[in-house]
Amino acid sequence: MNAAATTQAATPTTGGARIGVTQARVIRSEWTKLWSLRSTRWALLLSVVSMAGLGILISAVQMAHWNQMSPGDRATFSAIDVSLGGWHIAELAIGVLGVLVITGEYSTGQIRSTFAAVPHRLPVLWAKTIVYAGVTMTLMLAASLVAFFVSQPILRQHHVQTSFSAPHVARCVVGAALFMTAAGVLGLALGALVRNTAGGIATFAGVMFVLPGITAILPNSWGDSISPYLPLNAGTSIIALHADPHTLTAWPGYLLFCGYTLGALALSALLLTRRDA
Amino acid sequence: MIEAHRLSKRYGPTLAVDDLSFVVRPGMVTGFLGPNGAGKSTTMRLILGLDAPTAGSVTVNGKLYRDLRAPLAEVGALLEARAIHTGRSAYLHLRALAESNGIPRMRVDEVIRLVGLEGVARRRVGTFSLGMGQRLGVAAALLGDPKTLVLDEPSNGLDPEGIRWIRHLLRSLAAEGKTVFVSSHLMSEMSLMADHLIVVGRGRLIADTTVREFVRQASGDAVLVRTPDVLLLREALQNHDATVSEEDDDAVTIRGMSSRAIGELASERGIVLHELTPVRASLEEAFMSLTRDAVEYQTAERDEPAEEVAV
Repeated sequence: MNAAATTQAATPTTGGARIGVTQARVIRSEWTKLWSLRSTRWALLLSVVSMAGLGILISAVQMAHWNQMSPGDRATFSAIDVSLGGWHIAELAIGVLGVLVITGEYSTGQIRSTFAAVPHRLPVLWAKTIVYAGVTMTLMLAASLVAFFVSQPILRQHHVQTSFSAPHVARCVVGAALFMTAAGVLGLALGALVRNTAGGIATFAGVMFVLPGITAILPNSWGDSISPYLPLNAGTSIIALHADPHTLTAWPGYLLFCGYTLGALALSALLLTRRDA
Repeated sequence: MIEAHRLSKRYGPTLAVDDLSFVVRPGMVTGFLGPNGAGKSTTMRLILGLDAPTAGSVTVNGKLYRDLRAPLAEVGALLEARAIHTGRSAYLHLRALAESNGIPRMRVDEVIRLVGLEGVARRRVGTFSLGMGQRLGVAAALLGDPKTLVLDEPSNGLDPEGIRWIRHLLRSLAAEGKTVFVSSHLMSEMSLMADHLIVVGRGRLIADTTVREFVRQASGDAVLVRTPDVLLLREALQNHDATVSEEDDDAVTIRGMSSRAIGELASERGIVLHELTPVRASLEEAFMSLTRDAVEYQTAERDEPAEEVAV
């Protein structure tokens, strides 16, 4: 093969616009990267199936056992908690995938190709964040709506359903998707900080699931004053119909969670430009 | 054109690159040669802005790498140890890279054809052999039709046919006027591929010269002389600026004189010669002799305290 002739044959400026790195092009690139991995497709499928399906399944189980339930359980039954309960599993898949979106590049060495193509690096972090947040928000909102609207007719069997137009219900349904979007970005930011898959997942799980366990064994008065501000409790306040005495109200809680996420993202952005790849 | 100016890189206690200055010029293949751990890969990472220098600077086509507007169209890089996500297909890996720089999609198919990966482009990179991975790395380097190529051990893992292919490819890219900078520890390979050599050891510049000059310097133009009158010959050489080392009973190696001058001298003195052979060291031998100090110092370092006690 005549290599010289072949390389000269294509001057890559023939595509109209001049070649060069732009934020939009990096976003396009990250979109391709996200969907071209099997692990991404599986994790997203798992999160959608659990977010959409778990609430429906539990709704059906609860209705089948309604007659055996205690009056107390019936009194505290929440159509929102049950129908949107899928977030308990989906958030883990979303958070872990968020970590993998960046640590997968470090573990394989891909990050060097990525940063050689985009030497300013920050456009890569922003593009990954935008693409992943966009994808999670879209998928989780759809899954949350499916979970809600399919569960309500099931709950009607014993007249414990609620409606989308009831106070705070729409906020909870959309809030489940908002919470998971922020959780996904938190995973991504932690992954960018730790740059290691196992460490990133451990950090995410520690921040989200271990901290609440520690406050549970602190003296009650301490636990109660710390607990509302923990990432998981603050973030999920937006999925609760009513705030209880030891949780933050919906939006302040969610905004605090977004604050943690943005803090982690800002720190990872700072280190990304300073550390050797 | 790549210009390194007093480049240094320290990782903790290790000075991986030590005050390195060199220029890699367009239109030729420049070999970057050194034993393992000499700082070749680090230097290449510094060129690509992946690591920040501790001191000094390196520019590509007159600019810092991170100031390049379209990096892939300026510098194509093949990095040591495949820098590619194993879960992605070769085609989508290249497409994602192309998209980030706004390189048209048709160019992706072109480079895949150019490196001969058409049949496997849709397969996941994790299933690739080392040689296929190297070809994919070369495809990524050529993606933006860059003016400068930086390739870390490109023939690593390639079969003889693949090595011939890469040699031909790099030579023709250089002939097009591109700057081609290739690292290797395969000295024999470099002698066939490179025009110019930059040799490093322990992060320091050892030589910056042409391949021919490098071999000449290191071998010191030795001549093997076989004669029954070794003693007479030694005597005759005493007034000349030449070093003589004995090979066996009737043969010596003479450095510092041409075979012609030796032959004439022998004829004047009536010394019978059975053989008079100029010996050109292979690039491999030249490399070994030039980098020996760097390598030995490195391995001896641990023993230093013990040696001091012994002395």
